Amino acid sequence: MGRGGGRRRDRLRWSKLYTFSCFRPHGADDGAGPSATGLGGPGFTRVVHCNNPALHRRKPLKYMLNHISTTKYNIITFFPKAIFEQFRRVANLYFLLTAILSLTPVCPFSAVSMIAPLAFVVGLSMIKEGIEDWRRFIQDMKVNNRKVGVHRGDGEFVYRHWEDLCVGDVVKVEKDQFFPADLLLLSSSYEDGICYVETMNLDGETNLKVKRSLEVTLALEDDESFKDFRGVIRCEDPNPSLYTFVGNFEYERQMYSIDPFQILLRDSKLRNTAFIYGVVIFTGHDSKVMQNSTESPSKRSRIEKKMDLIIYILFTVLVLISLISSIGFAVRIKLDLPHWWYLQPQSSNKLDDPSRPALSGIFHLITALILYGYLIPISLYVSIELVKVLQAHFINQDIHMFDEETGNTAQARTSNLNEELGQVHTILSDKTGTLTCNQMDFLKCSVAGVSYGVGSSEVEIAAAKQMASGADDHDIPYKMILALCHTAIPEINEETGAITYEAESPDEGAFLVAAREFGFEFFKRTQSSVFVREKHTSSKGVTEREFKILNLLEFNSKRKRMTVILKDEDDQILLFCKGADSIIFDRLAKNGRVYEPDTNRHLNEYGEAGLRTLALSYRVLEESEYASWNSEFLKAKTAIGPDRELQLERVSDMIERELILVGATAVEDKLQKGVPQCIDRLAQAGLKIWVLTGDKMETAINIGYACSLLRQGMKQICLSIPTGDQVAQDARKAAKESLMLQIANGSQMVKLEKDPDAAFALIIDGKALAFVLEDDMKHMFLNLAIECASVICCRVSPKQKALVTRLVKEGIGQTTLAIGDGANDVGMIQEADIGVGISGVEGMQICYFFYKNIAFGLTIFYFEAFAGFSGQSVYDDWFMLLFNVVLTSLPVISLGVFEQDVSSEICLQFPALYQQGPKNLFFDWYRILGWMGNGLYSSLIIFFLNICIFYDQAIRAGGQTADMAAVGTTMFTCIIWAVNMQIALTMSHFTWIQHVFVWGSIATWYLFILAYGMTLKSRDNYKILLEVLGPAPLYWAATLLVTAACNIPYLIHISYQRSCNPLDHHVIQEIKYLRKDVEDQTMWKRERSKARQKTKIGFTARVDAKIKQIRGKLQKKGPALTIHTVS
Amino acid sequence: MDDHAAGSSAGGSGDSGASREALQEAQLKLVLMQTDSKFTQQELPACKPILTPKWVITVFVIVGVIFVPIGIASLRASQQVVEIVDRYDDACVPANATDKLSYIQNSSIPKTCTRTLMVTKDMKQPIFVYYQLDNFYQNHRRYVKSRNDVQLRDASKANDTANCDPEATANGQPIVPCGLIAWTLPTFRKLYGRIHVDLKANDTITVQLENNYNTYSFGGKKKLVLSTATWLGGKNDFLGFAYLSVGGLCFFLAFAFTLLYLIKPRKQGDNNYLSWNRTPTGR
Repeated sequence: MGRGGGRRRDRLRWSKLYTFSCFRPHGADDGAGPSATGLGGPGFTRVVHCNNPALHRRKPLKYMLNHISTTKYNIITFFPKAIFEQFRRVANLYFLLTAILSLTPVCPFSAVSMIAPLAFVVGLSMIKEGIEDWRRFIQDMKVNNRKVGVHRGDGEFVYRHWEDLCVGDVVKVEKDQFFPADLLLLSSSYEDGICYVETMNLDGETNLKVKRSLEVTLALEDDESFKDFRGVIRCEDPNPSLYTFVGNFEYERQMYSIDPFQILLRDSKLRNTAFIYGVVIFTGHDSKVMQNSTESPSKRSRIEKKMDLIIYILFTVLVLISLISSIGFAVRIKLDLPHWWYLQPQSSNKLDDPSRPALSGIFHLITALILYGYLIPISLYVSIELVKVLQAHFINQDIHMFDEETGNTAQARTSNLNEELGQVHTILSDKTGTLTCNQMDFLKCSVAGVSYGVGSSEVEIAAAKQMASGADDHDIPYKMILALCHTAIPEINEETGAITYEAESPDEGAFLVAAREFGFEFFKRTQSSVFVREKHTSSKGVTEREFKILNLLEFNSKRKRMTVILKDEDDQILLFCKGADSIIFDRLAKNGRVYEPDTNRHLNEYGEAGLRTLALSYRVLEESEYASWNSEFLKAKTAIGPDRELQLERVSDMIERELILVGATAVEDKLQKGVPQCIDRLAQAGLKIWVLTGDKMETAINIGYACSLLRQGMKQICLSIPTGDQVAQDARKAAKESLMLQIANGSQMVKLEKDPDAAFALIIDGKALAFVLEDDMKHMFLNLAIECASVICCRVSPKQKALVTRLVKEGIGQTTLAIGDGANDVGMIQEADIGVGISGVEGMQICYFFYKNIAFGLTIFYFEAFAGFSGQSVYDDWFMLLFNVVLTSLPVISLGVFEQDVSSEICLQFPALYQQGPKNLFFDWYRILGWMGNGLYSSLIIFFLNICIFYDQAIRAGGQTADMAAVGTTMFTCIIWAVNMQIALTMSHFTWIQHVFVWGSIATWYLFILAYGMTLKSRDNYKILLEVLGPAPLYWAATLLVTAACNIPYLIHISYQRSCNPLDHHVIQEIKYLRKDVEDQTMWKRERSKARQKTKIGFTARVDAKIKQIRGKLQKKGPALTIHTVS
Repeated sequence: MDDHAAGSSAGGSGDSGASREALQEAQLKLVLMQTDSKFTQQELPACKPILTPKWVITVFVIVGVIFVPIGIASLRASQQVVEIVDRYDDACVPANATDKLSYIQNSSIPKTCTRTLMVTKDMKQPIFVYYQLDNFYQNHRRYVKSRNDVQLRDASKANDTANCDPEATANGQPIVPCGLIAWTLPTFRKLYGRIHVDLKANDTITVQLENNYNTYSFGGKKKLVLSTATWLGGKNDFLGFAYLSVGGLCFFLAFAFTLLYLIKPRKQGDNNYLSWNRTPTGR
């Protein structure tokens, strides 16, 4: 250790300490190792010349640059690709066809009136696509422009953009930075080349993973040493498997095989390590994480699917009336046209040839299909899309979803699914980063059968201090275990002298802080020793104590315990073991069980309180006993071969026995702010919550407790594969059978349960899930899961997460919301129940579209029938063009964007209102048909009233009669009024924006007809308002009459519904309006407490259960509280 | 309390400056968001009308109150109109002509026809004389299409006969004006002329007309109409009745809803109507 400086401090050789995880195949092999077979063959062709990126800039070893792009389009492909996307929609394709046909004489309209709205609608959608893609581009740019230190040559490192990285580059990644590409770890700031990696972005696991370099590259420990570094890596081709790597490394004419331990993956983060050196193997889209990212399928919301269905229905109607029309036309052409000499039937072309009625009829069918195209709301998609974009914008701007720490607002990445937020039935949530913030607080402890710590961490620390004063025999090992049994490294802040700890898992950090408060401050670690400062509360003195580390049997998920064997200054050999309670309790000595009952009880209490618990124990070893064990242990440790691990485990197991229990710890896996409340509200809103986590079962269960998804007294159904030693193929079958049995038992249990308050929780681990997700079992599993109040899946791989989501989505047929990393904002979950407003209106919006287009389209049909089925439209082409795009779509958009039936505050107070969404109260078939009927009614009223009024009589005092243009314009005026009044009636929230849009649309119509009438293009509508209709009172009278007649049925409907069958939000609106909530606060409070779905999970449910439990106890007059005394 | 910081694994004091900066930036952003929040936070002052029984009844009564007088006024106006309709297509064919079609198509027969109309009521001038044609498909697409505005507008565009089929060209020469519309009469009822003399009841009017237009082949009716007009136009009872019906309906609805509210009253904002209070508990 010749080199001084602060760096020495963390130059620890962990490999010497670690028993299990840092197993390294020793020595160099010559490429003949099992993993290296097949290298150079197909699938294993990649060759990387380390520190010689120039070779990779040209063929044949030219690999992809580290530039990534997640955009859908580029400048060249945007146009064709985006257009193709647009015309994949049936409706758009139909409109495209009509636009093409409009160039032929078949079309009843001018070409421009067909093409213009289509171009507008498609153009708008494309602009939206373009903007969204641009955002992705910016996002990519940000990533591509991150900087990392790259070896430029001569041992000099410069910062370069990520995108400029090349295969073969040597990079230096510093602490808390992301790895820019998949790297081969060469060396790290630790002497033995290990580093800690956080892979949260890859698999969601929070515990740090240890990676270690090959031994041969350890010497490359500073910038200088890369001057002449050369090496060749031969390895597999890019592939998406995150956990495998096959390759070897040729260095100084020796071959070394590489395994996943040496590979650092892009998008994972360097933690607890000052820096590492690595060589780039896979860049950009070749990297494993990018290979994993599948092109996100464009998600379509349920409403959108239903919308399609309705469009198909409308298409059917369209085809039907077109058929009627063309049959009518053919009949009339055959029977009547020859008599209509004034139409000069003798000089007919094939479009209306009396001698060939069938052919003419077919041509007419096309005409009719175009003519009644107004039944299909062309602007529906684009309006809905626009509404969603605006909604997304408002979500992004929402101050309630503002994170003050990062300055970020919520980001709605895609606006496609906004309305789904209001229809969520099941939430599938990730744990880490979503529910918890990955931070542990030491909250309670049970020492020698006495529980300490009552509440928040500060109180607990005070209590701990008190405890430290009354030194006790059993306290000392307890504190020592906390302070010594870990793998953390202390880091001294040079300015303040304060010590922080870098621990593999956050709870270790919490233990150390607690130990410090107890008077045992861990402050130094060397290769062989740990140093602790012991504070004596009585004498205020401090003694430094040194413990030699003899062995360290670290934690892993299989062992569920961690052990250190130490030698103290008095040469006493101590074994400290901490671990899961079940494991520790099994290993206690007969005389070590003194505190077992008490501790066990405490553990249960802690567990119930949602804390993460560990049991602590120790053992004093005899010198001879240790020596004999150690020799065996060393033998196992140095053994080479597949059974090394087994042997190690067996040997470890030998020493971790006869333990003496000293107590237990309870650490709070700190939940994100607001999570329990949020889950509570979501549960009350009737949403189901599933937690899918990569964590191990115990952790997951603990979190379940912490966020009240689980509680004591809930019946847990655990599905897992029993560990047996069957032969491999048998194991599969056996596992499956056993799972079947478990599921069947679980279902039986649920079925037989009589108590209505009983709640079940389903807990399943990843391995079992793999079987359960197979086709033959998944429905059984799902049925059981639906019965359970909460479902927790642990050790779930990302793929399984997706599968589970699909299972739920398809199995229940309801909207699911998945929350995972990247969407860490809990506020967003909280806001999800705002969806009430969104969903209701979304359905309403679509209904309204159908209403207005039916009302409009059918009038065209009636008139056509009136005009001998000739395909003549009563309206001017321009009116029709404007109808969908300008005159009637803006109010709907304002409805979609700004409508609030009740304020967001009330939504939070009455979670049950949310059920209006999933129950689809606003968009069921009853409602859709109702609106369609309303459209039919309106069309009849509009057409027949106007025809009767304008039939043949003079319309003005001057004796003028109405022609087709006058009737058409009056009808159109009536439609504009009727549909806009209709939407005004559906609104319950008018800001100036709604006023502007609704009344503005009507005003626009008059302005348009005025301006249009001035141009010669208007033909029959020349100055129609100014000179024909404006001066006619009949015109205004007809408008008033028709508008009123159209809207009266709807008014009756809503009045009746409100008075006899009010919906929840109606009543709440009234309560708010009458200020009853202020006057009668007890009622308001009571309703708020009732306004939740009867729920079995969540904080509130837990409180209820507790109350019930206490009541039960009081009735039995049993002891409700036990008083503990210090022994 | 640096203990908490130590508890987390993150640590590292070097970036505290950076995080402070970030925090400041965040604060700034928050302030910016708050300043223009009314719109973006959807907290614009809004009018939230609630359809209370009072409102329902008021709306229906108001509609009724407006519509019934309009209906009465329209009806009165319509009643004032004196209209004389004389169908002459049958009458103007001599009784001896067995085939009406061959009669009308025979251009050698003089078609002059004299009709005598009796004025039933006093008619104030101006009196409008209309020519009315029934069962005539003037709105047939073949008919409506057949017109060329360019040619009509500009003498130099006489050769432009686009869209004018089947009345576009004759003997290779363009027809001016072209199109079916230009060659026929476009409305059901066409204002022909005005009489600027008041007519008294029992006056007789003798009309001499040429019965030339062939309506017999398609069963059309030809009528001669004399009518006065009011502010509302011609005789139009339908409008008045429609207004009266809708107005009457609204009064009825106002009454019906009043009854409903009396018989089955629901107190405004009555919490008993909330869904969770209505369904029997316990599912």
